[in-house]
Amino acid sequence: MNFSNLIKIAYEAIMRNKTRSLLTMLGVIIGISSVIAMVSLGQSSTQNINQEISSMGTNLIMVMRANQRRGGVSMGNSNSQTLTIKDCEAIKKRCKNVDLVSPSVSTSGQLVRGNENWPSTLQGGNTDFLKIRKYDIARGTMFTEKDIKEYKKVCLVGETIIENLFADGSDPIGQEIRIGSTPFKIIGVLESKGENQMGQDQDDIVIAPYSTIMKRLLATQYIHMIYCSALNEDLCDIAVEEIEAVLRTNHRLQDDAENDFNVRTQKEMLTMMNSVTGFLTILLAAIASISLFVGGIGIMNIMYVTVTERTKEIGLRTAIGARGKDIMYQFLLESSMLSLVGGLIGIIFGLLISYLATKLLGWPFIISTASVFLSFIVCAATGIFFGWYPAKKAANLDPITALRYE
Amino acid sequence: MSVIIKIDNLKRYFQVGSETVRALKGVSFEINQGEFVSIMGTSGSGKSTMLNILGCLDKPTDGEYFIDGIAVSKLNKDELAHVRNRKIGFVFQSYNLLPRTSAVEQVELPLLYNKEISSKERRERAFLALEQVGLKDRMWHMPNQMSGGQQQRVAIARAIVNDPVILLADEATGNLDTRTSYEIMSLFQKLHSEGKSIVFVTHEPDIAVFTNRTIMLRDGRVVKDVPVDTQSAKEALDALPPSEDYN
Repeated sequence: MNFSNLIKIAYEAIMRNKTRSLLTMLGVIIGISSVIAMVSLGQSSTQNINQEISSMGTNLIMVMRANQRRGGVSMGNSNSQTLTIKDCEAIKKRCKNVDLVSPSVSTSGQLVRGNENWPSTLQGGNTDFLKIRKYDIARGTMFTEKDIKEYKKVCLVGETIIENLFADGSDPIGQEIRIGSTPFKIIGVLESKGENQMGQDQDDIVIAPYSTIMKRLLATQYIHMIYCSALNEDLCDIAVEEIEAVLRTNHRLQDDAENDFNVRTQKEMLTMMNSVTGFLTILLAAIASISLFVGGIGIMNIMYVTVTERTKEIGLRTAIGARGKDIMYQFLLESSMLSLVGGLIGIIFGLLISYLATKLLGWPFIISTASVFLSFIVCAATGIFFGWYPAKKAANLDPITALRYE
Repeated sequence: MSVIIKIDNLKRYFQVGSETVRALKGVSFEINQGEFVSIMGTSGSGKSTMLNILGCLDKPTDGEYFIDGIAVSKLNKDELAHVRNRKIGFVFQSYNLLPRTSAVEQVELPLLYNKEISSKERRERAFLALEQVGLKDRMWHMPNQMSGGQQQRVAIARAIVNDPVILLADEATGNLDTRTSYEIMSLFQKLHSEGKSIVFVTHEPDIAVFTNRTIMLRDGRVVKDVPVDTQSAKEALDALPPSEDYN
């Protein structure tokens, strides 16, 4: 008995029961397509988040003020006054793996222009701020060192501000807006960046010299954050160590004292996000696998019923010269064909679902070759595993009893 | 004339619980090439057991069975399957056709288990066999599109397609009306005249008269083994009154 004959026999047996074969396959189709879709969607969302975070700069390092104790009283993270311009200068000067440094202060307030007003965030930085935070200037210019030194009331505005304050379509550059009672002159417009992965509008921002904000709006000598960029992504960890060392010296912290600042990198954010999405992907895939398992049991059930129903056929085949293993291979092949064809359709379906979903969500569409490959193997294994017992049963039927079976 | 089947003191016992049922208690006979033999007997006479052993579906407890010179008692399961595939053609009482399968594919079935035969030769031989049983114009019909007689003809075509040494028929007319039975017997007689050796198991004496020799079994022993004054099934068919079932 050669293999092509066997395939022909199994194929004909499947085609004799089209509806039943299709329904049997449906279990596998749903199982496989959900596994593929879930894994693919999970990876797409991971990729999506990665892209968003990378768009903020993967070499970004944020130094934030942390809890400070004054005479035994904890000041909390957001009220502590630990970071100063001197820290910025020290980092700039002494950290070899740090490229750019910018202090950051921010305040929120109501922007006013004529009859229009809009609440927004006023962000203070130095001349490197845009480069570190990956903002680009669409029109106009950035403020200069001279502007910073002279506490000039100039600013750059994001797309959202223009939409709300300059709805009349007039050119914002050169015009004045008030923040609280302080007038600022717009010298540049930022390129739109859209929303970040947290859903925050990154275009709803006004950027001004940090010195102006510190002196004229906040009346403080302390800064809120320091943005740094490492020379490249791989040097982030070394850069963080350098920054910590410099700041500890600057702040005269004892060896056993806790840092009064926190250093965060985008890489950490990335790892954290990935661990969350990775867990979700595994969870979804596990749930989907259950449906695949149920599909496999469906195949086994049908094959089992089939053996009983086709007892006479098995008897006949034995009588005309089929060996036990011929019968077994036939049934194994039938179940394998069902699961493989079902799997193939399932893979196509799954990819289609994830393609449509990613299109709809605006995520990148990722075909996970590993999951496609794996589900194909699972399919073959399902067919053989769940087909084995019924096939064995068929092969062991006594031909005489099988022939007389009614 | 060469001997194709030789049975020598054949015994078959079944163990049912603590009791031993002796279905065959020492049967001996020979069948020559080109014979048309009927095996007769009432139920319980051992004729079904006899047929199973002749058809290599079962092995004797004791005694020897040679088919075409092969000692069947010494064969294992796979070798028995091989003998069934190459040397034996089965015709059953209930046709045993596969559902939703065309006549040609039914007939091809035994050849599918013979890897020496190409798909082209398989199709040709299936066509030829269907032609021999007079179903040239029913090649692609499904079982449910055919009458009982036609289905039995497909089964006969399936039995002769592998050019067997012996054709074994088990109550092959048992499910058919008199007219169709005669038609089928006439077909068997035609195949016999073309050189086929046939063993026909039946309990009906009026069917046995169309064969050349009758072996009568009773209680697991041969009680009679006589030549038959053969009648022509064709003549019997012509002598029947016109059918009232149709028109």
